[in-house]
Amino acid sequence: MSLVKLTTSAVAIAAVSASAAYARDNVQVAGSSTVLPYASIVAEAFGENFDFPTPVVESGGSSAGLKRFCEGVGENTIDVANASRAIREKEVKACAENGVTDIIEVRIGYDGIVFASQIDGPDFTAFEPIDWFNALSPKVVVDGALVDNPNNKWSDANADLPDVEIAAFIPGTKHGTREVFEEKVLVEGCKASGAYDLYLAAAEGDSEKAKKKAAKKACYHVRTDGKSVDIDGDYTETLARIDSNAEGVGVFGLAFYENNTDKLKVATMSEVAPSTETIASGEYPVSRPLFFYIKKAHIGVIPGLKEYAEFFVADEIAGPDGPLAEYGLVSDPELSETQSSVADETTLGGS
Amino acid sequence: MTDMATNNDIVPPAKSSLLALDARTQRRNREESTFKALGLGAVGIGMLFLLILLTTIVSNGVGAFTQTFINVPVYLDPAKLDKKGERNLDDIKKVSTFGYSPLVLNGLLELVQENGIDTPFEKSKQMKSLVSASAAAKVRDYVIANPDQIGETVTFNLLAASRVDGYLKDRVKREDVARDKNISAEHLDLVDELVKAGIVKKGFNWSFITGADASESRAEQAGIGVAMMGSFFMMLVVLLLSLPIGVAASIYLEEFAPQNKFTDLIEVNISNLAAVPSIVFGILGLAVFIQFMHLPQSAPLVGGLVLTLMTLPTIIISTRAALKAVPSSIRQAALGVGASKMQSVFHHVLPLAMPGILTGTIIGLAQALGETAPLLLIGMVGYIASNPPDGIVSGFMDPNSAMPAQIYEWAKRADPAYYERAWGGIIILLLFLLTMNVIAVILRRRFERRW
Repeated sequence: MSLVKLTTSAVAIAAVSASAAYARDNVQVAGSSTVLPYASIVAEAFGENFDFPTPVVESGGSSAGLKRFCEGVGENTIDVANASRAIREKEVKACAENGVTDIIEVRIGYDGIVFASQIDGPDFTAFEPIDWFNALSPKVVVDGALVDNPNNKWSDANADLPDVEIAAFIPGTKHGTREVFEEKVLVEGCKASGAYDLYLAAAEGDSEKAKKKAAKKACYHVRTDGKSVDIDGDYTETLARIDSNAEGVGVFGLAFYENNTDKLKVATMSEVAPSTETIASGEYPVSRPLFFYIKKAHIGVIPGLKEYAEFFVADEIAGPDGPLAEYGLVSDPELSETQSSVADETTLGGS
Repeated sequence: MTDMATNNDIVPPAKSSLLALDARTQRRNREESTFKALGLGAVGIGMLFLLILLTTIVSNGVGAFTQTFINVPVYLDPAKLDKKGERNLDDIKKVSTFGYSPLVLNGLLELVQENGIDTPFEKSKQMKSLVSASAAAKVRDYVIANPDQIGETVTFNLLAASRVDGYLKDRVKREDVARDKNISAEHLDLVDELVKAGIVKKGFNWSFITGADASESRAEQAGIGVAMMGSFFMMLVVLLLSLPIGVAASIYLEEFAPQNKFTDLIEVNISNLAAVPSIVFGILGLAVFIQFMHLPQSAPLVGGLVLTLMTLPTIIISTRAALKAVPSSIRQAALGVGASKMQSVFHHVLPLAMPGILTGTIIGLAQALGETAPLLLIGMVGYIASNPPDGIVSGFMDPNSAMPAQIYEWAKRADPAYYERAWGGIIILLLFLLTMNVIAVILRRRFERRW
């Protein structure tokens, strides 16, 4: 018995004293798996060029990362949250409730979302948002009325598409990518097919704004009969699904596609082929900005935090010729403004 | 009469011969041989799957143990590396790896031209897809360590880019590079020439076994060494905590505890805990050790504590089985010559049960070594294992990953070169598990006593 007591109390003392005496000296980052590759490239170069230890970057998705970011201030919370979408008002509020008030938003660049299929598979070469809406929405417009989706094949959605069963692998709801897919593809298709107007007419709400919101939300739905599959894992999982299903079409990040051109072929969206150039010019419609968020309260407490942020947006890293652009990031044309806002520690919604 | 009649009804027993089997025996023999064949088939299928598994692992992973290197003489240009010319270390440090990269590429281009290799590339920038991005960091580290070498030409053995490495390992096919923006067919021609000239060579990749994790863009540099250290420190925590706690708990329960409802409840719960999925322990660890006790995230200490919780029931169950196997005559003999209960346990029962306890502990440790799920929740998966620990405290407290978590992370990354490394990591992990199991078997064989 005394042995048990001795060990447990020794462990308890060791644990408490360790946590009290141990000051964290490395930057901790978590969040979007889309931003993870870029953050790891920056972290590695940061560790090589500065005397600070290499920052630690975890993934887990934008929402999970921001949730951890908002847990509070202190050494056992993360310093930076990566996100493939902007922080939501709800999250800013949750942050404030836990004492995380001064948040610095940093936009690092843009990322394209591409639609790709197996390289030897059917000819998925050109998509329009309306094709995806007609293929994936639970209700589509037939003769001016909303009916349950009768389309079983891509060719039912659009006669120009291959005559194969619909099998779409789209990002799960915890991914920031899903939001872009809904906004830029499903809603666009919804509007183009006329379903949006029908939803709007049927929507109930107090104001015009509430009605529009409800109609938009109705457009987000995807069918649940197994033809559209939510992938909660990473793009490698989507790739594995495409690999085993020659007729499948998946949603990928541009950088991921560019690393796997031997297995995937990409389709155009609204007649524009995805590339860093077409995304930078805004011609390719499905793209989104990538962000990271810094806790201002941690600057000066965690060594190297500000240097890491400044290094991330420096021209030699995030600029058009830097390693991030080489990996697939579309560099931000307004990078110099971001640089100065990081240098001045400009926080969200304030000075 | 009746007797006679019955006697007449009895069928005389069939003539049985030792040489000819009757129908029933034949059927039973047939059933036996069918069963034996089925059993053999089951074993065969098991072996076949094992063989498929092992060949897949080895054939996919063996590539990770060799790596392509390029020997490049680099002119350490003082005009770029030390503009003031004072050889002041602080000034030299100001030049980042981005300043070194052109020097490396220039060196490679000059080497190509000196060797008279015919290539359409004329600018040093076009050499970029051949050399790993880690090359600049290697040269910079060298210059900072030897500032007096500035102005000299030093030959470095640099890593080739992952696409070049993949080409020489047949992972990157010529017909696939047309749409690959990381490398072109002309680059591959140049690689062929460089191999002929002996400048590009494949060698054993020690840094895969000893090195740190690398970022997405440098698969060629990634190693499992730091994650191995993380696993080592975690196993140390597990061993130091779960062995004494587990053994003490089982000795108490087996030898001293009164038989009552309360002890029964504890016993049932220990068996239940052994069946709890490991991810549950991960959530528990996150809530207790990180959010309540404020231990650092991603630290091997926390990982070890979580795995201790997971391993304890296994160790308690196997220790109790080992204690139970010691015959009670030993205890009674000890008590009979006047030993106290505690003396009988520690002088006689425990030493005899030790081989069984150690075997159980090693198997529990091997299980913990291969566990990934709880580590997901305490922040040990990601780009974590980038700094080798400097010292014992840092080994326990600094963020680190573990071998299975590192393998999981690599399998998720975009560059196909990481896929190969994930398989390579599996080979190393399996070797560790195999070693541990062999030790357990040897312990059992050598020291186990049967009564």
